[in-house]
Amino acid sequence: MTRKLKEKIIKNIFFLLSLVSIFVLGLIVVFLFKEGFPIFKVVSVREFIFGLEWYPTYDPPSFGIWSLIVGSLVVTFFASLIAVPLGVLSAIYVAEIAPPLVKEIFKPVIELLAGLPSVVLGFFGMAVLAPWLQNTFGLPTGLNILNASIMLSIMAVPTISSISEDAIYSVSQEFKEASYALGATKFETIARVVVPAALSGISTAVILGMARAIGETMVVLMVAGGAAAIPESIFDSVRPMPASIAAEMGEAPFRSNHYYALFATGIVLFFMTLFFNLIADYISNKFKQVGSATL
Amino acid sequence: MKWRYFKQNLFFVTVRLSAFIIALSIGAFLVYIFMNGIGAVNWDFLTLPPRDSMTKGGIMPAILGTFYLTAGAIIIALPLGVVSAIYLSEYAKQGPVIRLIRIGINCLAGVPSVVFGLFGLGLFVVFLQFGSCILSGALTLGFLILPTIIGASEEALKGVPQTFREASLGLGVSKWQTILRIVLPNALPGILTGSILGIGRAAGETAPIMFTAAAFFTAKLPTSIFDEVMALPYHVYVLATAGTHIEETRPIQYGTILVLVALVSGIDLIAIIMRSYIRKKKRW
Amino acid sequence: MVTLLSDNIIEIKKVNFYYGASKALTDVTMDFKKNKVTALIGPSGCGKSTLLRLLNRMNDLIDGTRVEGEVVFEDRNIYDPDVDPVEIRRRIGMVFQKPNPFPKSIFNNITYGPKLGGVKNRSELEALVEQSLKQASLWNEVKDILNQSAMMLSGGQQQRICIARALAMKPDVLLMDEPTSALDPVSTAKIEELIEELKKKYTIIIVTHNMQQAARISDYTGFFYLGKLIEYNPTEKLFTTPDVKQTEEYITGRFG
Repeated sequence: MTRKLKEKIIKNIFFLLSLVSIFVLGLIVVFLFKEGFPIFKVVSVREFIFGLEWYPTYDPPSFGIWSLIVGSLVVTFFASLIAVPLGVLSAIYVAEIAPPLVKEIFKPVIELLAGLPSVVLGFFGMAVLAPWLQNTFGLPTGLNILNASIMLSIMAVPTISSISEDAIYSVSQEFKEASYALGATKFETIARVVVPAALSGISTAVILGMARAIGETMVVLMVAGGAAAIPESIFDSVRPMPASIAAEMGEAPFRSNHYYALFATGIVLFFMTLFFNLIADYISNKFKQVGSATL
Repeated sequence: MKWRYFKQNLFFVTVRLSAFIIALSIGAFLVYIFMNGIGAVNWDFLTLPPRDSMTKGGIMPAILGTFYLTAGAIIIALPLGVVSAIYLSEYAKQGPVIRLIRIGINCLAGVPSVVFGLFGLGLFVVFLQFGSCILSGALTLGFLILPTIIGASEEALKGVPQTFREASLGLGVSKWQTILRIVLPNALPGILTGSILGIGRAAGETAPIMFTAAAFFTAKLPTSIFDEVMALPYHVYVLATAGTHIEETRPIQYGTILVLVALVSGIDLIAIIMRSYIRKKKRW
Repeated sequence: MVTLLSDNIIEIKKVNFYYGASKALTDVTMDFKKNKVTALIGPSGCGKSTLLRLLNRMNDLIDGTRVEGEVVFEDRNIYDPDVDPVEIRRRIGMVFQKPNPFPKSIFNNITYGPKLGGVKNRSELEALVEQSLKQASLWNEVKDILNQSAMMLSGGQQQRICIARALAMKPDVLLMDEPTSALDPVSTAKIEELIEELKKKYTIIIVTHNMQQAARISDYTGFFYLGKLIEYNPTEKLFTTPDVKQTEEYITGRFG
C-alpha cells in the first residue's frame, strides 16, 4: 500500500468516525419518534400539546401536556431571572475586576458547581430548602415553582458565567486601552465598550443556560412538587416535562399509551432544547467576535 | 467626576456581591453536605451492601455500579471523541460539512439528560434487547459525555503550536505520522484532563441511567455487562423519595451524598489541578 | 518644579519602572517641550513604549507594575496618590500602534470621550465631530458616512479616526505609540503631514522604530537602550553629530 493511499484511508476513517455525533443525534430523533409516535393514533398532535388534562392512568386516560410545558417554561423563566444577573455579573467580575488570585480560585469554584450532580441539588432543595420555604411563607408545601427555580438557577449559573466570561475575556485589549486613553473610568469602559462587544457571547451564554434549565431533570423531579396543573402563583407546584418523564416511565407498562405519551413528551422537550441550541449556535456564528469586528 | 465614581463603586459592589453569593452558596453547600454526611461514612458503610430494606448497611454495590458505568462510558467516549477531535482540528477544512458536524456536536451537548435516558431505553434496552444493564447505561452515558470529550480534545490539539507540525512535515514526515508522533503526545495531558471532567459528569448523572441500567436494589454484585446495577446518584434519589422510611434513613442519604459529591468533585478537582499544572509547565 | 519661564510641559524626574521583578526603565530624567514634536527611538524592548505609556498612566492597567520617581505635568506629580489617572488621560491623549476604533459608528467613536465627559448637547457634539475630523484631515472623506461603522474604513483612515477621537477630548498632549507601523506608505505620509500640522496646537510625543520618520517629523529626539535614556538632543544634532557613541552606532545601523 502506498503511503499516499494509507494517508487517504486514515483521513476518511477519521471523517466517518467524526460523524458519530450527528449519527447519534439522528438516532435520538429516530427512537424518540419510533417509541413516541403511536400516541398520535390515540390523540391528535394538537390535543396532545395543548390539552389541559394529563391523566395518563385514568380510565379513560387523557394525554394533554400543556400544563407540563407551562411548568417547564415557568421554572425556566424564574430560574433565568436569578441565574442571568448572577452569571453575567460574576463573569464581568472574574474577567475584568477580580485580582489574579481571586480569579484563580473563582474559576475552579464555578467548575465544581457545574459538576455537582443534579440529584444532590434536588436532594438539597427537598430536604433543606423546602421545609424552610414552607415554614417561612406558611405554605402547604415547599416543593413548588420558587424552590425549583432557585435550585435550577444554581445549575444554570455555571453555564452562563463561564461562557460569558470567555466572551468578555476575549474582547480585545485594544478597545479597552482606547477607552481608558480617552479618560473613561473602568465602569464606563466595561459598560460602553466591553459588554457591547461581548454581547453575542453573553446572549449565547444566557440561551445555553436556559436550555440547560429547561432540560434539567432531577431537580424538577424532586422539588417542583409534581402537580400537573397550570400554576397561579410561584408557590404552586408544577410538573415540568422532564419530571413527568422520569417519574412515570418506571410505572408505565411497556408500549402502553402512557409509555408512548412519555416518549412523545420527550420529542417536545428535545425539539424545545434543540431550538434553543440552534439559536445559540446561530448567534455565536453570525456575530462571531472576529478580532475587532463586532456590533 | 464624583458621580461617575459613585456609579463605578456601586457597580463594583454589585458584581463582587454576585460572585460572592455564588462562592458562598457552593461553600455553604459543601460544608453542609460534609457535616451531615460524615457521621454515616465509615469503613462498613463503604464496603457492605444495604440491608433491612435499605434502612441500614452500606452502599458498596452502588459505588461499584457507578464505577462500572463510568468506566464503560469513558471506554466508549474517549476513542470516539479523540478521533472526532483529530478530524476536526487536523484534517477538516472550513465548509458546510464541518459546519454541520459542529452544529451536531453542539446540539448533542444540549440534549436533556432525560432524553438521553429515553434514547437509551428505546435503542439499547428495547431495540437491541440488551435489557436494563451496565452495557446499556454505559453506552447512554458514553454518548452523553461525547461532546465534552470532543471539546476538550479539540482545545488540547489546537494548543499544540503550528510550528511543531510544520517542523515535522518539513522533514518529510507524513501527516498521519506527524499527528501520531508530534501532535497527539503534546496534546495528551489536555485530552486526559478533559476526559476526567467527562468522567465526573458521567458519575453524577441520574436521569440517563434510570431506565437503562440502574436497579432499585440488587443484593448480588454484577457478574457481566448484562447485569443491572445499583448506582450512587440513583441510590440517593431512591432513598430520598421512594420509601416509607425517608426520615429514618436521612443519615444514610447524607452519607451517600457525601460519597457521591466527594467522588465527583474530587474527580473534577483532580482535572482542574492537573490542568493548571500543565498550563504552568507548558514549555511553549 | 516648573517655573513660569519654562516651556516644558512634562518633566520626568529620576523615574524607575518595574514589571514585577524586572526593571524596564532605569533612572530616566527628561523634559518635553510645549508645542514641539519629541520622538523616542531605540531598539525593541528598550523601554520607549513603556515610557510613553507612563506619561498618561496607561501602565496602571497592567498588574504588578511599579513606578519610582516623578512625572510632573502642570506642577503636579501625576503619580501622587490623590491624582486621578482618568483625569490625566483626558488631558494627555493617546494614539496606539494598531488603529483601534471601537466597533461603533464614526460619529460615536469621536463622541465617546466627550459624552463621558458630560457633553450632551447634540449640536455641540456635531460641531466637535466636525472640528476633530477636520483637524485629522478626514472630514472630507467621511462627512457623508458618519453613521457607518468605523470598522469599514481603511487602516490609514481608521488611524486618523483614532487621532480625531483623541483630539475631540481637547487634550494638551498627544502621545503616539508607533502610529504608522501598521500602515502603508501613503497612509504613513498622510499621518506625518498631520503631525506637522497638529504641533501648532498640541505637544506631541511619538515613539517610532523608524529613524527616518523621527528625523523627518520631530524637533527633539531621545534615544533609549536597555531601559536607559542614552541621549536626548534636538533632532538635527542627534542625527548628525550625536554626543554618545552608542547613538551613532544605532542610527548608522550598526545594531538594533
